[in-house]
Amino acid sequence: MGMTITEKILARASGHEQVEPGQLVDANIDVVMCHDVTTPPAISMLAKRGIDRVFDPNKIVVTPDHFQPPKDVKSAELHKRLDEWAKRHKIKYYYKLGRAGVCHALLPEQGHIRPGEVIVGGDSHSCTYGALAAFSTGIGSTDLAASIATGKLWFRVPASMKFILEGTLGEGVYSKDAILAVIARIATDGALYRAMEFTGPTVEAMSMESRMTITNMAIEAGAKNGIIGFDEVTKAYLDEHLTDVKDYTVLASDDDAEYVATEKIDCSALEPMVALPHLPSGGVAIGDCAGSAMDQAYIGSCTNGRIEDLRVAADIMRGKQVAIRTLVVPATPAIWKQAKDEGLFDVFYEAGCVISAPTCGACLGGFMGVLAEGEKCVSTTNRNFVGRMGHPKSEVYLASPATTAASAVEGKLTDPRKYL
Amino acid sequence: MAKAHVYKRDHINTDEIIPARYLNTDDEAELAKFCLEDLDTNFVNKVAADDVIVAGDDFGCGSSREHAVWAIRGAKVQTVIARSFARIFYRNAIDCGFYLIESADAVERIGDGDEIEIDYEAGVIKDKTNGEEIRFQPLPDFALEIIKAGGLLDKIAAELKS
Repeated sequence: MGMTITEKILARASGHEQVEPGQLVDANIDVVMCHDVTTPPAISMLAKRGIDRVFDPNKIVVTPDHFQPPKDVKSAELHKRLDEWAKRHKIKYYYKLGRAGVCHALLPEQGHIRPGEVIVGGDSHSCTYGALAAFSTGIGSTDLAASIATGKLWFRVPASMKFILEGTLGEGVYSKDAILAVIARIATDGALYRAMEFTGPTVEAMSMESRMTITNMAIEAGAKNGIIGFDEVTKAYLDEHLTDVKDYTVLASDDDAEYVATEKIDCSALEPMVALPHLPSGGVAIGDCAGSAMDQAYIGSCTNGRIEDLRVAADIMRGKQVAIRTLVVPATPAIWKQAKDEGLFDVFYEAGCVISAPTCGACLGGFMGVLAEGEKCVSTTNRNFVGRMGHPKSEVYLASPATTAASAVEGKLTDPRKYL
Repeated sequence: MAKAHVYKRDHINTDEIIPARYLNTDDEAELAKFCLEDLDTNFVNKVAADDVIVAGDDFGCGSSREHAVWAIRGAKVQTVIARSFARIFYRNAIDCGFYLIESADAVERIGDGDEIEIDYEAGVIKDKTNGEEIRFQPLPDFALEIIKAGGLLDKIAAELKS
């Protein structure tokens, strides 16, 4: 029987010829991603049990990002614990100070994600890395501690769902709109415990950055991982970004692989989408919600804080003024520099935006743009749960960078197509 | 006596269980003070040791923060009974040695404030308030092994020593 790409990667990592959904495997981990919120507890858990080891200092990638730079004394203590540990164990890839960035944008950009590998991260959006034909999933601190110490982890092989995206995205419609439409269709537990495999001509036509927006949000449908097969776009991205280790293994789903469900999405019919509070599955077409007044616009995050996102936002804001508090947060230092070099900061500055250093900050209501009671934020991020960006009675509306930028200009949810 | 706190909603997420504004600590007792704060601000005042949370589908969806499990455990809750659990939360709980019960029946039949007794080995929940006996599927063996060892890390620590 054929296998899906997810099954093949897990089979390879666990030394099996064949695996099937439901099977428990012990897989070798190729890369462990660590940040400032979930890693310090993992370090403490290991220390408490007298385990002071890392399985391989060259396979652990560390970057503080959630409260980067530290927002208060307690978060500074988390950073300090992370820093002491990373230095003591001579972690080779430790991005700190002016090189720290939003982990899921940083790791692919810095060449740490390779096809065919198994990656785990102490963050639910670690599923992002699947855009590069890798298996990647988010884990908690205990699993993180286990991965750090042993380089192995137990997995139950997920059944795969296939999402075939067809048709050309219309003007003003982006990969964010496509994934919001998928999640609106299947709900936040529509892919619970499963692998979401994205394929089809629309995906093939997407840049790697756009693909990462898709896999980033697989967790918002409950999935274990999101994954996109290897192609020329993947290869070109890797050629540009891989530095130290340049070899990788290309695995692909067999033609007779089994899927528990197959969904076809006609992307040519998609409109710009907005996920209304308080679930990522609350997606509706912009036409059904345009005009709702907003208090803040947020452009950034692991979902949409990459350079192509900033370009789209700048194109809409060029020569205009924003009507509400608007935050622009390039996801990594390299993106920050690129945006500066391309003159995008001039556009954002002239428009009246706040431009910040890379951080997860406001996305999770941490700092740098927290919402007051009753405030509403249109945001390029991935979650709009109750209280996500601040007060429990604030609201988050998820949208593409284009929709968010257009809404920033008008101070209300706005169809971006009128500005293109 | 263990009491049930019933929230019949689906998709109770980790931001509601422990909001990110409290993630600057990993101290379980500290986290417990804010357990379920954005779902029910009164929960911490009414919960007592050994009580049980009962909820709908997809409990614990969202972030991978194990802080969600710690906050609940820190509040001395003995278990969460839900129609279904989000994947990372479920896994985190097992890894922490914290037993979860998946039962659609229980969610239908247990009332808010009911007195509950759970036999984990037999897979039976007794609702002493309405007299109902609800059977549930105990966790699979691999999960029980981890829970019996006190959690994944204690299991690994023992293996590393031997």
